[in-house]
Amino acid sequence: MTKMPTKSLKAREKELAAIEKQMEVLNGELFQSGELPFFKDKIAELGCFPLKPKKLEILQINVGYMCNQVCAHCHVDAGPDRKEIMTRETMEQCLEVIRHTGAHTLDLTGGAPEMNPNFRWFVEEAAQAGIQDFIVRSNLTIIRANKKYHDLPEFFKKHKVHVVSSMPHYTRGKTDKQRGNGVFDASIQALKDLNAVGYGMADSGLQLDLVYNPSGAYLPGDQMALENDFKKALLEDFGIHFNSLFAITNLPISRFLDYLLASDNYEDYMYALVEAYNPAAVANVMCTNTLSVSWDGWLYDCDFNQMLDMKVASKVKHIKDYNEEIVNDRNIIISQHCYGCTAGAGSSCQGTVA
Amino acid sequence: MSKPYYDPADLRKFGKITEWSEEIGNKFFDYYGKVFEEGALSAREKSLIALAVAHVVKCPYCIDAYTKDGLQRGITKEEMMEAVHAGAAIESGATLVHGVQMMNKYNKLSM
Repeated sequence: MTKMPTKSLKAREKELAAIEKQMEVLNGELFQSGELPFFKDKIAELGCFPLKPKKLEILQINVGYMCNQVCAHCHVDAGPDRKEIMTRETMEQCLEVIRHTGAHTLDLTGGAPEMNPNFRWFVEEAAQAGIQDFIVRSNLTIIRANKKYHDLPEFFKKHKVHVVSSMPHYTRGKTDKQRGNGVFDASIQALKDLNAVGYGMADSGLQLDLVYNPSGAYLPGDQMALENDFKKALLEDFGIHFNSLFAITNLPISRFLDYLLASDNYEDYMYALVEAYNPAAVANVMCTNTLSVSWDGWLYDCDFNQMLDMKVASKVKHIKDYNEEIVNDRNIIISQHCYGCTAGAGSSCQGTVA
Repeated sequence: MSKPYYDPADLRKFGKITEWSEEIGNKFFDYYGKVFEEGALSAREKSLIALAVAHVVKCPYCIDAYTKDGLQRGITKEEMMEAVHAGAAIESGATLVHGVQMMNKYNKLSM
């Protein structure tokens, strides 16, 4: 087992903080030698290379990498030391797009999006755009981190935000190991706060979903079975209600890749991903219906490609130049990390896809 | 250094046993897959049984496989260890219950 980090890879000046180093690993000997097939070749067997987007459904905006937590598996390498925060100017450019997009879902993520000083203003403005499903990805503990965040449940309710929160396990030990000491208790309290204003409660119309990431070098099990276990345990032990659970596979990039290498699990994990490759998941991978916007306005096929700085292969690369038709007519950039989205029942920010 | 008898990487090659005997190999894997599906017992319960048996038959591949399987299913380490104890209790019980045979024989042979 590895020790919980307290700073981002970037702040620790780890070699793997460099994207080139991560790509060197992902394109390394394991694939070069032919021992495992490149993702490109695997999807070419299905006639899916180059991978093309379908209709844009989800606009995912990362409003900054600053976070109150330093989770061991974080693909963003987020933490309190990260200073990349979306400015109001970029938010205004995003709002312009939100008002005219054909996407039915707006998905705000981070870091802890609530730590962006313009977060509330942005939510208020975006909520008026009439988007069908408005998601904020909240890590839960932020709600309890400081008095100024205690009213977030009410704020979310007021703007009919769909809250999606991370919860690695229904037991304290597993949760704290992945996300830090005290995270479990704070998360439980935050879930109670959300329930208290109606989130996750029957007929309230306030959607509260949980995200489950495995706390280690293994793939998530069956989403429905996990959801049942979480529902039973959280209700029996804490009286907590929620709507759905999304089981998300950890992709081998950033801090999770660092963990895989440090714990000598990288090779086995890549084997597990490739062995679990599910052709049925390829057609529905999230990059085919999602567009990711970074804190500084660049466009990416997904949040993972954003962290690998693989900007969209389109002449429109920035939100200020946004044109949905042009952006949607592109080839999606892929690499070996994409096996994480096609393993088993598939994985996306909305859970399984196959 | 000599090579160990057990190589963790060999577990990945398990499916290759069909290459030398395709029909019965495939029949085994079909059966195996079917056994671990949801049934009267849940797949979760079967995973814990498999973990206990893996320890009793002392199969390092099976122990690796069903520890990982348990993690994937969200099974806790406390549940896993209790399953191992259940297996160990049966195994030691199986030894100890032969003590009755020893007692019977002892009594029969003794005046």
